[in-house]
Amino acid sequence: MTLSLRFRAAIVSLALLGVFLGIWHLATRGGGATANMSPEYARLMGLTATQGKSAMPGPLDVGAKLWEHLKRPFYDNGPNDKGLGIQLAYSIGRVGLGYLIAVIVAIPLGFMIGMSPLISKALDPFIQVLKPISPLAWMPLALYTIKDSSISAIFVIFICSVWPMLLNTAFGVAGVRKEWINVARTLEVGTVRRAFTVILPAAAPTILTGMRISIGIAWLVIVAAEMLVGGTGIGYFVWNEWNNLSITNVIIAILLIGLVGMLLDQVLARFTRMVTFPE
Amino acid sequence: MTDKFISIEGIARRYPGAGGGTTTVFEDFWLSMARGEFGCVIGHSGCGKTTVLNILAGLDEPSEGTVIVDGQGIEGTSLDRAVIFQSHALLPWRTVLGNVAYAVSSKWRKWDRARVKAHAQRFIDLVGLTGSEHKHPSELSGGMKQRVGIARALSITPKIMLMDEPFSALDALTRGTLQDEVRRICLETGQTTFMITHDVDEAIFLADKIFLMTNGPGAVLAEIVENPLPKERGRIDLHRHPYYYALRNHIVDFLVSRSKSFAAEVTDHDPRHVPTVRPGLPDLMIASGTELHHQTSWPGLSRPSTSH
Ligand SMILES: Nc1ncnc2c1ncn2[C@@H]1O[C@H](COP(=O)(O)OP(=O)(O)O)[C@@H](O)[C@H]1O
Ligand SMILES: [Mg+2]
Repeated sequence: MTLSLRFRAAIVSLALLGVFLGIWHLATRGGGATANMSPEYARLMGLTATQGKSAMPGPLDVGAKLWEHLKRPFYDNGPNDKGLGIQLAYSIGRVGLGYLIAVIVAIPLGFMIGMSPLISKALDPFIQVLKPISPLAWMPLALYTIKDSSISAIFVIFICSVWPMLLNTAFGVAGVRKEWINVARTLEVGTVRRAFTVILPAAAPTILTGMRISIGIAWLVIVAAEMLVGGTGIGYFVWNEWNNLSITNVIIAILLIGLVGMLLDQVLARFTRMVTFPE
Repeated sequence: MTDKFISIEGIARRYPGAGGGTTTVFEDFWLSMARGEFGCVIGHSGCGKTTVLNILAGLDEPSEGTVIVDGQGIEGTSLDRAVIFQSHALLPWRTVLGNVAYAVSSKWRKWDRARVKAHAQRFIDLVGLTGSEHKHPSELSGGMKQRVGIARALSITPKIMLMDEPFSALDALTRGTLQDEVRRICLETGQTTFMITHDVDEAIFLADKIFLMTNGPGAVLAEIVENPLPKERGRIDLHRHPYYYALRNHIVDFLVSRSKSFAAEVTDHDPRHVPTVRPGLPDLMIASGTELHHQTSWPGLSRPSTSH
């Protein structure tokens, strides 16, 4: 029996998922001893205390709730009760916008840094200092100057995704093989055409690797940023559901954050493959 | 001299050396070639052959002196001077056709796609790559890649082709085929070609003139060897020609011993008037810039004298 590696891996993955769900189910099934407590406190604690049910939802609870969400992802019952689809759309929109601005800034700037040793040396101290700053540290400053929480979140996304793209673009551009540049030179190709026909394709795999790192970081940061600024978005949703003590919804949100992050990464991975050339 | 199509006039190339001084790769270097000639430079590794070629291409600049091509001092690179790189330097994200078309569209910027494609195709056919137009360089063998490099260089119909050890990375069989190909094309088109090689037989087969360079640093052009073999020569039976061994021995002798000792032994070397020799012929010496000196002696196939 020689099943393909992929198929066997899929079977193991499914088995692992089954085991995980099983343990989760058993661990949260309830039936524990009902604590001996004052009736008032018991009322406060709800089912957990009165029926011995675990506060942690089981996989079936989560599944049922998820199904509910999936049936109506876009409902809007006011500021504190919106469908998951809407919340995700807000987050993706902010990430998309901040990321796009970062692309527009980082790639031309990275080109300049990569092509000019002078600019590279001149900007290096600034980049070295700015790069390690946690993007969230910018938040108060952004809120103070921009005075708009949503735009501040977009700014934070911009600032966190700009560095990997900037550095990778500069690195890719500076590392273009001399002989390819010489080919363009002997063909009297002008600077602009050379940038687009030789340097860009040669550096594209490195640039896209930077873009892929950036989208991952941006998606990590948006959840934290939205927890801070509040209002809308999947990060706010997580925080809000925590305040509502709805662990089920928190788990669902965590699951969705993971899935969307994976999708974003896959999209960039596909683009990277498209521009990668074999040598 | 009759027609100096290429004239390298007293160039020098210096690099900052260790300890604040400068290293002179070569200085007061003169070399000229006529239109339609095939010139080969032979010399040991590190003597500055690539530097000379890069200066001729405009990819490097001399520290002193000028290079004149077709009556004009060169300034930077030019579409008139095509380079075939040792490492073929194809753009890996472009196909064979894409690589050649890139050169064609760089030269004729107003041409439409169809015209560029048709022109590129002609040169792909010329180097025998018909059918591989849509392959990427990674799908080609070393010899095929170098063919694309040749097609790319020829496609812009340059005044001069510059080749830096173009076949040294290839196996002997492929190298032979490509040498045949290059010779055929150069003869057909009257292409002026300047090539670096370290393969003596390659130089004998391809070149009209072989330029012998001494070892660096401070390398000089020691002498110009005129190829006495007839224009219609075959690579396979090259060695049957009566002058072949005289010519070959002369070059090998130079590489083995004289390239090292030249500076010490020849004190009156005039870099501007480098002696020209024709090994194998009745000792017939052409001193640069003067008439032929027929000598009465008849050394036949013996090693010719080259000293004044
Ligand atoms: N960028 C450089 N800096 C210092 N020395 C160099 C540089 N490039 C080449 N050289 C020196 O110039 C000499 C000639 O090099 P090159 O023209 O490549 O030789 P060849 O092609 O004959 O093997 C070598 O000795 C090399 O060390
Ligand atoms: Mg070399």
